[in-house]
Parts: sequence; C-alpha cells; structure tokens
Amino acid sequence: MTDARRGLGIAAAVALATLVVLAAAAPLIAAAMGHDITEADLLQRYEPPSLAHPLGTDELGRDVLLRLLYGGRISLTVGIVAAIMAASIGTVVGLLAGYFGGRLDALLMRVTDGVIALPLLPLLIVLAAVDLTELDLPPAIADSERVSLYRIILITALVGWTTVARLVRGATLSLKSRDFVRAAAALGAGHARIMAVHILPNAASPIIVATTLAVGQIILFESVLSFLGLGIQPPLPSWGNMLTNAQEVIWQAPLLAFYPGVLILITVSACNLLGDALQEWLDPRAVTRR
Amino acid sequence: MIRYVVERIVQGLAVIAIMSFVIYGLIGLMPGDPVDLMISANPQLTTEDAERLRRLHGLDRPIWARYAAWATSALQGDFGYSRTFARPVLEVLGPRLANTAALMLGAFAVALMIGLPAGIYAASRPGSIADTLVNLGSFVSISVPTFWLALMMIILFAVVLGWLPASGLPPGPAGFWEHVRHLILPVATLAMVEAGAYARYMRAAMIEALRHDYVRTARAKGASRARTILGHALRNALVPVVTVMALSFGGLFSGALVTETMFAYPGMGKLIFDSIMGNDYNLALVALLFATILTLVGNLVADLAYVALDPRIGLGAGPGTERAR
Repeated sequence: MTDARRGLGIAAAVALATLVVLAAAAPLIAAAMGHDITEADLLQRYEPPSLAHPLGTDELGRDVLLRLLYGGRISLTVGIVAAIMAASIGTVVGLLAGYFGGRLDALLMRVTDGVIALPLLPLLIVLAAVDLTELDLPPAIADSERVSLYRIILITALVGWTTVARLVRGATLSLKSRDFVRAAAALGAGHARIMAVHILPNAASPIIVATTLAVGQIILFESVLSFLGLGIQPPLPSWGNMLTNAQEVIWQAPLLAFYPGVLILITVSACNLLGDALQEWLDPRAVTRR
Repeated sequence: MIRYVVERIVQGLAVIAIMSFVIYGLIGLMPGDPVDLMISANPQLTTEDAERLRRLHGLDRPIWARYAAWATSALQGDFGYSRTFARPVLEVLGPRLANTAALMLGAFAVALMIGLPAGIYAASRPGSIADTLVNLGSFVSISVPTFWLALMMIILFAVVLGWLPASGLPPGPAGFWEHVRHLILPVATLAMVEAGAYARYMRAAMIEALRHDYVRTARAKGASRARTILGHALRNALVPVVTVMALSFGGLFSGALVTETMFAYPGMGKLIFDSIMGNDYNLALVALLFATILTLVGNLVADLAYVALDPRIGLGAGPGTERAR
C-alpha cells in the first residue's frame, strides 16, 4: 500500500470515529451548552454564529450545531445498522449460492443480477411511500415516532445486499475446493458447520470491505429519501431532512443548506476511503490467489 | 449470438413481469385507493356509494385478480388513464422519455469525457500528484449527495452569479440554444456525480492492462508511452470498464431522478416521483416499468458492446457466461 493511500485511510478512520463519538455524545454536548434540541426561539431566527450558538440558529431559532449532531446520530445509525443487516443478507445469499452451486446458485445470482440492474432510487421511493397501516403492523410500531427510522433501515438493507452477496459467493467458490475444507468434509463436518466455521471466517475480508462501503451508500440513500420527504420524518432530525427546510430558505440563510451536505459528504467519503484502504490492507484477492 | 440476445430478452421480460407484479402490489399498499380519492373530492358520497364504486372498479377483488385484469389490458396496449393529467398514460410518458434521454445521454457523454481521460492519465503516472488529485476528486464525486450538489450549483450559478437558469427547461417556447442553456446545470450536476466512478474504473483497469508483457514489448520496440497506452493498452483496459458502466446504468437513472426533481426538469424521474406523491398510480406503475425496461435495455446494449470489444469472450452456454459479475 502506498503511503498516501494509507494516510488517507487512517484520516478517514479518524474522521469517522470523531463523527461517531460526537454524535453519540450529542445529549452531553446539549447539556453542556444548556440548550435543548427542540428548543425553538422565534425571536432568534437566523442568528449568526456566537458563543451560545457556535453555528448560529435555523429558521425556527433552533441551534444548528445541536441539530447537526442529532441528525448525525440518526444518519449514522441508519447507515451502520442497515449496512450490517444488508451484509448479513448478502452473506447468507452468497454462502448458499457459492457452496451449493447448481440451480440454487443460478437462481440466487439471477435475483442478485436483477436487483443490481434495477434503478434503485425509484424502487426505494415506492417502498418508502407504502402505507404501514395497510400492513397490519402492531400499533406500537406503526404509530411510533421512530417508525420512519425503522422503515428506512429496513428498505435500504433490502436493496443494499447485492455487492456482499457477489463477493461472498466468489470467495466461497474458491474456498470450497481448498484442502482444509475437503479435510473437514472428510472428517464428517456437516454443510452448516463447514460454511460457518471453515468458509465464513476466510471470507471475512471482502465482507468487511463491502460493509464499510455500504455504510456510505446507505447514508446517501437515506439522505436523499429524507430530503424528498420520504425518509426520516420531522421532528426527528436527519442530515437529509434538514436540507429540505434549508432549501426553502436559500435566500435568507444559504449556510443552512451547506452544513448538512458537507457532513454527508465527509461521512460518505470517509466510508469510501476507509473501505478502499481496508481493501488493500486485507487484500480480499488473497482468497483467490493460490 | 442471436441465441444469446434472445435468451437475454426472455430473461429481461421475466424480470419485467416480476417487477410489474411487485410494483403493482406495493402501489396497492400506498395510502388512499382511487375511491378514497373520489370521496375526498366529493363529500356528498355516502358509505354505500363508496362500496358500490369499489365493486364497480373491482377494488373488492383480491390483489392477484386485479393484477391479472391490469396485465391483460396492458398487454393489449391499454395502460389506463393518468389521474393528474387526465390523459392516457402513454401520451404523458412519451415527451418525458425524450427529456430524460437528453439529460442522461448528455450527462453520460460529459462524464465519459471527464472520467476516462482522467483515469487514463492517473494510471500512466501512479503515485504522482495528478494521480492523487484524480483519486481525491473521484472520491468526492462518488460520495457527494446528488441533490446537495444540485442545490450548491443552483446557489452558485443561478443565485449568486446569475449566469445560468435554475430550471432545466425554458418556461415557454424557446429556441434550441435556449434549451441547451437550461440543460447545462442539470447535465453538469449529473455528469460530476458519475465521472468519479468512471475515472476509478478506468484507472484500475488501465493499471492492470499496463502490467502485461505486450505493453513492455511495445515499449521495447520503441513505441512512445502515449502510443503504448492509447494504441495497445486502452482497448484491453476498456473491457472491464464497459461492464461496470453497464451495471451503473440504474445508478445513472437514480441520479437523473434526483437531478430532474431539483431542476424542475420534466423527465421520467420527476414523473415517477410526482405520480407517487400525487397518488397517480396508473402513471406511477407504468413509469416505473419503463424505467426498469430502460435500465435492462441499457445493460443489454452494454453487454453486447463488451463482446464487440473483446472477441475472446464467448456468449451463450459454457464457461464464457461466467464473466465478471
């Protein structure tokens, strides 16, 4: 790995860790600043940055910095949780397809290719527009304030698993004919045990890389859906839905439209850079190299 | 070759059939059926009227029966009426399709013109400052939210500088160049989002191609560096790039949807978004299917281009189909 790439990877990891810590500490920061996230003050709209409000206030007089931090909690939670869910789906699909081969492989890979080829955003918009009350969900979930959060995690995970599935299938294909796997089979290990104990750990590198990249991708999907009014619903702040409001006040406060986007850009770049660096470091191709 | 194309078309039709059922089902789950909308438009309707209307429109039947009825008339060329436009769905779609094609082809061409040369140049000087800049630029390009980039472009070029209009289409009848002027910002936005990925694929593929012996041979025989890269390595490096581009066609359409919405450009993407938001389900269904077909056709064309670029790749059955997935 070149020094420049390693440097970028480390910088990305540090940036991500900082963002996660800041977002996690948002309630503490709010307490320290003496504001509340929902505290609106119509007499103090569009305040310039000051000691009390380091990034000023928005169109309702709420503290911009705090809203960005709380928005980060939501956006990062969605990205990380949905990416892990997507990776789990992809791992199972890839393992089954690569290990059993034949018709199952053909079927699963056709489905994967089909999903990859689809225009995902229109599909996500349809999924996000589904009326949950028609699905007979328990009211405790359907009426919860956080239902938009659960829904966005679920639907982005549903479309985000394909890369992992393809990578895991590739790794499984080459691993299953290796001697240590054959030895395990000869010793009487069952299919499930071989997949879980012998193949999965050796396919970990591509899974880690693809999951890191998926976090960024899912944050992008979350932000655009929330921006369009189909993702995270106010009063829950996310970087995407903060931009919806900001778009309407471009003239009074262009900076309100600037901050959330920059944070999305930094977070997603960091995920992509980190994934790239991890890829070189872990070298998933080592699996296929004899 | 013909067998392969036929196979792919059959496969594509299967995907479209499945998608149409899935989308039909999902749309049935959206808030408000047509009768709900009629009731909200006419408060004098009674509950009995609503029941009668539901039966009249077949809404009391199970979903698969309704889908079968829709599919039968769709296969006969009747896709129903758009609720918001009060016109047959296909009439609404036609001009939108042309607009989206203009935006996507424009952005695709610009993205290629930026991405490929940048990738080739970076690959010819790995580790140089130019390479690092291309690398960073690509990361920004693949990481930037499209809608935010569009917003920033509008703020900069339409609001602050006032050079270009913030809408994608002239408000009234206008000449060709006026149309082009309105397209600059949307096309530039979409191209900037796409170019980074192309540059990355191109760089990676070119670095791989430059490792081959025939490149060293060409250099040893006295071919210049530029000639080795453009004359010998490029054709081989393009093969994987074309494949990844084929897979990115759906992404291009997603980007077009956002771009169209941001620049109020009347294309397919904005139509899909507006029709879902406006409960115009006939239109949403057909528009979504069209988008899917568009993507599948794009993938097929790119796959055929892939074969044209590399005659070694066999089509049809056998190991030849085991291409880079």
